[in-house]
Amino acid sequence: MDALVAQLQMQYRNYTVSLYQQGFLDDQFTELKKLQDDASPDFVAEVLSLFFEDCVKLIGNMARALDQTGTVDFSQVGASVHQLKGSSSSVGAKRVKGLCITFKEYCEANNYEGCVRCLQQVDIEFKALQTKLQDMFNLEKQIIQAGGKVPQVDIN
Amino acid sequence: MATTSTGDIEKTKSVEVKKKLNVLIVDDDPVIRKLHEIIIKSIGGISQTAKNGEEAVNIHRDGNASFDLILMDKEMPERDGLSATKKLREMKVTSMIIGVTTLADNEEERKAFMEAGLNHCLAKPLSKAKILPLINNLMDA
Repeated sequence: MDALVAQLQMQYRNYTVSLYQQGFLDDQFTELKKLQDDASPDFVAEVLSLFFEDCVKLIGNMARALDQTGTVDFSQVGASVHQLKGSSSSVGAKRVKGLCITFKEYCEANNYEGCVRCLQQVDIEFKALQTKLQDMFNLEKQIIQAGGKVPQVDIN
Repeated sequence: MATTSTGDIEKTKSVEVKKKLNVLIVDDDPVIRKLHEIIIKSIGGISQTAKNGEEAVNIHRDGNASFDLILMDKEMPERDGLSATKKLREMKVTSMIIGVTTLADNEEERKAFMEAGLNHCLAKPLSKAKILPLINNLMDA
């Protein structure tokens, strides 16, 4: 059992570090993890669940705004991009945040093709992050079920 | 243990605010409202939320609201943070108000927000390490 726990913990550490190294996550995610304690044991999962719901809603708003026949209201698109940039920044979703910065610039330049490209990329990136984090949470569950503790991960 | 940008892990783990704060969190983003709720809880405070500046103003209309601190987002629909802060100060609300801006806001925008009646401004994303020393300093002042 101890060997299994140790193996899972190593797997978890390596996986978590890789998410930072590949740019999926940044320091703000570390700050989120620090806020999770016995009083708020599911805090990170709750916040991320809200974030992914937010992504679906805001990406839907952007898609509808860009799908207008006739003149596109880029300020409407930009408002949703701004909100997504804020929430992605707050959970440490580094790639999504980075895309939102570029996306906002295209909105301000009224660049339709740029906006459409960014929308596609944001959709891909948030779904990729969702999958990666689900895998991470699954590893946490496996560690706990095997009788171990989820290790703190040093990303430096 | 991963380090914060300030490196002050032990300090942020062991210190809470000097009194139990009652905080109003004003932000149109549910993710940020949740995050700020937990940050306030982690420093020993309790919180209520509002989805925009208009809701924040309405909470104060009957004169019974009493918050030690208001965390006010800048850009919100219906009534933005600048307008809400001005209105609250006109209504003689004396709560500490910390404006929450983004890095994209320029100096002029931040200055205008401060002049609306803020006690201080912080850039998103907020963290316990950012907010705790500021709250304690503002309470000591």
